[in-house]
Amino acid sequence: MMRLELVKRPQRSALFSALSPFLAFALTIIAGAIMFALLGVNPLTAFRIYFIEPVSQVWQLHELAIKAAPLILIAVGLSVCYKANIWNIGAEGQFILGGIVGSIIPVLFPQFESPLVLPLMLLLGMVGGAAYAAIPALLKTRFGTNEILTSLMLVYVAQLFLDWLVRGPWRDPQGHGFPQTIQFNDSAVLPELMPDAGRANWGFVFALVAAVLVWILMSRMLKGFEVRVLGSSPRAGRFAGFGLNRMVFFAFLLSGALAGLAGISEVSGAIGQLQPVISPGYGFTAIIVAFLGRLNPLGIVAAGLVLALTYLGGEAVQSALGISDKVARVFQGMLLFFVLGCDTLIHYRIRLIGLALTKPESAAKLEAAPKLKEAR
Amino acid sequence: MSANQDGTNLLEVRGLTKIFGTLTACDHIDLDIARGEIHALLGENGAGKSTLVKMLFGSLEPNSGEIFWNGQAVRISSPGAAKKLGIGMVFQHFSLFEALTAAENIALSLDDGSPISSIAAKARALSYSYGLPLDPESLVGDLSVGERQRIEIIRCLLQTPQLIILDEPTSVLTPQEADKLFETLERLRSEGKSILYISHRLEEVKRICDRATVLRHGKVVGHCNPREETASSLARMMVGNEVQAVVRAPVEGIDKAQPLLEIRNLTRKPATPFSIPLKGISLNVRAGEVIGIAGVAGNGQGEFFESVSGEVLQQDAASVRIRGKDAGGLTITGRRLLGAAFVPEERLGHGAAPRMKLSENLLLSRHATDGKAFVGAGGMVKSAAIYSAAQRIIVAMDVRKSAPDPEAAALSGGNLQKFIVGRELDRRPSVMVVNQPTWGVDAGAAAHIRQALIELSRSGSAVLVISQDLDELFEISDAIAVMHNGELSKPLPIAEATFEKVGLLMGGAEPGHAEHTLETA
Repeated sequence: MMRLELVKRPQRSALFSALSPFLAFALTIIAGAIMFALLGVNPLTAFRIYFIEPVSQVWQLHELAIKAAPLILIAVGLSVCYKANIWNIGAEGQFILGGIVGSIIPVLFPQFESPLVLPLMLLLGMVGGAAYAAIPALLKTRFGTNEILTSLMLVYVAQLFLDWLVRGPWRDPQGHGFPQTIQFNDSAVLPELMPDAGRANWGFVFALVAAVLVWILMSRMLKGFEVRVLGSSPRAGRFAGFGLNRMVFFAFLLSGALAGLAGISEVSGAIGQLQPVISPGYGFTAIIVAFLGRLNPLGIVAAGLVLALTYLGGEAVQSALGISDKVARVFQGMLLFFVLGCDTLIHYRIRLIGLALTKPESAAKLEAAPKLKEAR
Repeated sequence: MSANQDGTNLLEVRGLTKIFGTLTACDHIDLDIARGEIHALLGENGAGKSTLVKMLFGSLEPNSGEIFWNGQAVRISSPGAAKKLGIGMVFQHFSLFEALTAAENIALSLDDGSPISSIAAKARALSYSYGLPLDPESLVGDLSVGERQRIEIIRCLLQTPQLIILDEPTSVLTPQEADKLFETLERLRSEGKSILYISHRLEEVKRICDRATVLRHGKVVGHCNPREETASSLARMMVGNEVQAVVRAPVEGIDKAQPLLEIRNLTRKPATPFSIPLKGISLNVRAGEVIGIAGVAGNGQGEFFESVSGEVLQQDAASVRIRGKDAGGLTITGRRLLGAAFVPEERLGHGAAPRMKLSENLLLSRHATDGKAFVGAGGMVKSAAIYSAAQRIIVAMDVRKSAPDPEAAALSGGNLQKFIVGRELDRRPSVMVVNQPTWGVDAGAAAHIRQALIELSRSGSAVLVISQDLDELFEISDAIAVMHNGELSKPLPIAEATFEKVGLLMGGAEPGHAEHTLETA
C-alpha cells in the first residue's frame, strides 16, 4: 500500500508561479485533445473551431467582449475577497439579485423615460448585489457560519426567486404567457459601444474600469494593504489594528456590488428584459477567472477573455461538430483543476510513502499521522 | 546494545555539509560523541546548530559528508530511520495535542499499535525511575510547560535511544525545574546513554556537559571541555569577539515620576479551555524605568500582552491607563495613538506579515500613528516615504539582509526582531511593551536591543518587558515582577531581587508569601 503526502517546499519558484496559468492552459489543451480524440473528432479541427474561428471576425470579438465583461467584473470583486481569505462562492446569486433590483425601474415604471434611468438602474443593481452579499457577511460575523456554504446556498434562493418573479408578479401581461418581463424601454437599455461593428456594450468598459480601480486599490492604497495583511496573516492584521469583521463586510459588499453591476449590465445590455435564466453560470466561472488571473485585476482581464472564449467555442463546436456545448464546462473545469494543481505543486512536492505490509494496524493510524505532522 | 563496546565512538560525523541556495548552513562539520557523555553543542542563532541536528535526526539530508553510528557508515533518511538506529530527540517546541492525555500523545508517536493502557503503565514506570513524575492519564492542556517537557522526554526514552538530542531544554523551565532535569540527565549518562545538549546558557553547559563543540557561521570553531572554560571564554568562541556588556545607569527619584502605564485590577476570563485567566493584575510603569515580568511560558503572559496592547479589549476602561487616560476600551490603534508601542512574542505572523516586504511591515504598526507621513490623500500609500523610513530603521538597528527591501520571512529571526523593535523605537513611544524581546536572537543583537530599551526608558519613556530569560531581566530591569498562573507578584526592586527569590515566585510560591520572606530576609 502506498500513500501520498504533500511536503511543503522550502522555497517557491517565482518563475513557475508566473508560468502557472500558462502551464495550466497547455495542460488543458493536451487533455482537451485527448477528449476530442475519444469523441471521435480530429483534435486539430476541433481546436480550430473551438479556439480560432470564434474570434476571427470583428463582430465575433464583440461577442467575446459581451461574454468577458460579466466574468471580469465579477472576478475582480472576487479577487479582493479571496486575497482577504474570505470565500464568497455566491457571486452567481449576487449577479441575479443585481439584475432583479436593477430592473425595478424599467419593469415597474416603464413609462419613466429619462437619461437618469440608466444610472439609477446601475446603482440599484450594485445595491442589490451588495445587499445580497451582506447576508453571508452578517451570518459569518454574527454567528461564525461558514461563508462558503451560506453564499453558495443563497445562489439557489436567488435563482428560484427570479424564476418566481418572471412567472408571477413581473410577467409581461402581453407576453403570451412566456415567463419573462416586458422589454425594457430605450432609456433603460445599456448602449452599444460601436453599433456598426458589433453588439458589445458599455459593460465591457465598466469591467476594464473596475479592473484598473481595484488594481489601484490593492496595490497602492492602505485599504488594499489591509486586505492583503488580513488575508495572509490575520494575527498580524489584528496587531495592525485592522478589524476582521469589517473586512468581511468590505470584501462581500465590494464583490457583491460588482457582481450586481455585472448582473444589471447583462440584463440591460445583452438581454433587454428579465428571463428565468439570465446567466450561463458567470458567477461560478468567474471563480476560475479570478484564480487563472492570479487574483490580480489586470491578469483577470486576460483570464476573463480566455474563459469567455470557452463559452463561444462551446457554442461553435456544438453547431459545427454536433458535440454538446457542455464541452465548455469541461474546459472550464479542466482549467481550474490544472491551475490549482500547478499552484499546489509549486508550493508543495509529492512524496510517496510505502507502508510495510506486515503492519496492517498502522493503516488505522494514518488518519492521525498527517494531523500530527501539521501540528509540528 | 553492548555488542560494539570497543574504542569507537557512538556517533562520528565527518565533513557534514548542508547548503541552502547560496548559504552554507553547515560547512564540513566534524563531531564525535562518546558513549555515556553529555556533549554540548554551542553556537549563536544561525550558527548551524539546528541544521546539524536536523541532519542527525533525519529531517534534512546533507549535501555531503558521512555519519558513522557505532563505527558503521549510515544514511539517516528520515526521523523514523533515526529512531530505529537509536537516536531520540526532544524538540524545543513541543508537538503535543492539548486535548489528549499524556499517554495518548505518547501512543500517537510510537505508532506500533500497542494498547494505550500498556503504554501508560510503561510511561508511568519510566517516569518514576528517572525522577520525572508524570500521570499518564492527565490532559496535556492541564499540565505545566515543565510537565509537558517530561512527556516529550519520556516519549523519547520509551524508544530506548542510545543518543538523546535535547534542543534548548531549559528555556521553558524554572531554575528549580531545570535542576531536576539535570539530575535526570546525569542519571542517563551513568547508564551509558549519550546526550547531545544544545543550549546557549553557558553556565548550565559548564555545569553538566563533559565536552563541547562550538559552531560559528556553520563551521566548527573548536572543541573544548566546558568545565575548564569560563562563561566569557565560551561566549568569545561562539561570537568571535567580546559581546558588549549592557550598561544600565541607576535611576534616581523614580517614585515621584509620572506613571505612564497603569494597570489596575486587570481581569480576564479564559478565552479558550486552554488559555490562562488573568486574575486582578495591577502594575504601574513610570517614566524612566524598565519593569520586567518574569515567568515560565504559558502562565498568562500572552493573554496579558493581548490585553495591554488592545488586541483584546477590556470591559473596564480604567483597567488599562496610558499616559493618564483610560485605554481599556480602546483598540490597539487607539492605544498607539496615545503614545504606546508594542512588540509581540511571535515575530512571523504576529509582529510581522511573513510574505510582505520590510517597508510594508513598517506600515503594519504605524499606518495610524504616522498617518500623515505614510498615507496620502484618499488612502494612497506613500511607498517612497515608507521605503526610506524602513531604510532608516535598518541602518539604526544594523539589520542584515540580502536585498534592499526583502520579505520579512527572508530575514533571520534576530535580524527581523531588530527591525520589529526598531520600527517601534523609531516612533519614540512614551510607553513600550515588549514580549520576549530577544527570544532566539544572537548575543550581539540581543545586547543591542536591550541597550536600546534601556536608553528609551532613560529618555523618559515607560518600558515593560515580558521575558522568560532571567539573565536578560536582571540585566535590563529596574524592578522585576513574576507572573504565575495568571497572577502577578509585586515588583521586586532589582537591588533586592535574586535568582532564587524570582525562581520561587515562578514556581508558584504565593506572591504574598514571597513578599513576606522578602521582608524577613
